[in-house]
Amino acid sequence: MKTRLVLILSLLLLAISLTAQNYVTRTGYIRFYSEAPLENIEAINRQVNSALNISNGEFVFRLLMRSFNFEKALMQEHFNENYVESHKYPNASFQGKIVNLNEIDFSKPGIYSTIVEGDLTIKDATQKVKQNGTLEVKKDEIIGKSVFNIKLADYNIAIPSAVSRNISPEIEITVEVLLKKM
Amino acid sequence: MGILALILLLLSTVAQSQDLFDLFGDDEPTTEFAFATFKTTRIVNGQSVENPPFGELKFVISHHFGSINNGPYNLWGLDQSTIRLGLEYGLTERLAIAVGRSSFEKTFDGFAKYKLLRQSSGAMNMPISVSLFSGIYLNSLEWRYPERENYFSSRLSYVHQVLIARKFSNTLSFQITPTFVHKNLVEKIADPNDIFAIGYGGRVRLTNRITFNAEYYQLLTSETAKKFNNMLSLGFDIETGGHVFQLHFTNAQPMFERAFITETRGEWLNGDIFFGFNIVRVFTIRKPKL
Repeated sequence: MKTRLVLILSLLLLAISLTAQNYVTRTGYIRFYSEAPLENIEAINRQVNSALNISNGEFVFRLLMRSFNFEKALMQEHFNENYVESHKYPNASFQGKIVNLNEIDFSKPGIYSTIVEGDLTIKDATQKVKQNGTLEVKKDEIIGKSVFNIKLADYNIAIPSAVSRNISPEIEITVEVLLKKM
Repeated sequence: MGILALILLLLSTVAQSQDLFDLFGDDEPTTEFAFATFKTTRIVNGQSVENPPFGELKFVISHHFGSINNGPYNLWGLDQSTIRLGLEYGLTERLAIAVGRSSFEKTFDGFAKYKLLRQSSGAMNMPISVSLFSGIYLNSLEWRYPERENYFSSRLSYVHQVLIARKFSNTLSFQITPTFVHKNLVEKIADPNDIFAIGYGGRVRLTNRITFNAEYYQLLTSETAKKFNNMLSLGFDIETGGHVFQLHFTNAQPMFERAFITETRGEWLNGDIFFGFNIVRVFTIRKPKL
């Protein structure tokens, strides 16, 4: 009788673990914005992969650098060829965790402020980052949002002095993902 | 029974710690088009497979000084100059149109360039890029032949090219360019109206922002090849933000296709070569929706 109980329980656990706790998207949005004296540069990627495991707070992102779209074709070309060298480093990724997982009730709809900490990899450099954002819990959906800054120098992206007034050394990143229950 | 339960329990914990990255699945195969086979729409003097993208206007200032063997009296050619001003616009992602005016024979020109095939890999594999080029040239010099009727059509000439290029790697691109030139009026009866030529061009990337370019046009029509030289040009592309600077040495003084392909007079071995530059400034006329 006791074994049967364990069996049923573990089956239940398996079912939960296989279905309930993962939220995923393949069409997340990430924008970057550089504000400099001579020009502002904006690029948008709408093909961001992201997944969140609400049972342990694991949160990951992955995107193709080539999928950033710019206003000017020449900027896009320079971005890929000269700055991020996307032929050598096609992906950027983030792997981290929600730090304040116990403050978020995923069974109760609402907007929760969130702290996420982890490793951000761009080009050939990985940096520890810790940023604030929000998670909006809905029925079978979670919307994650965050705005933060990164320094280009941290990721070995050099700006030649000739264009130092065109590109800001610090870039604002906006993240918006609508994660659906898997 | 107990063992089965244990296995299931184990399995459930394994499933829990599965890699979240795996949830994205395999990326769907996409088609990746080769971009920036050349830095701009010209290799040196001649056309490259590149077009201005949709909604982009390029203002091209091309300038050749006098020939270097002019010596110190003309400061090795720097006292003289030949110039062409041009505008190129991307009507669609594939079609570009352009107009220009050269000081050489006071020539107006207009051309269209169409990207027929684009090199790509991935879902759709295409080893080469192919563009079609057609240009028309109007000589607006005062009429030089008092014994001949001054027809407007006599001032016109045409160039048609098939540009076939491959970007072998991020560093190396190569292009081959079969060319047909037609002149409505030629000077002597023995001069051919129709001239065939073939162009070879390539570029090697030296740094992220500088490439070395070389270009050679070989005349295939022997009557023309007896009177004129094949064109050889060597140069560098230097790019800074919204500009591309092309600095080069070439044995062709003029900067439009008909003249530098079929009427090049300079000789490299005599120092009869010209230092020149192109400056390309890019303007975005229509912004794409991000």
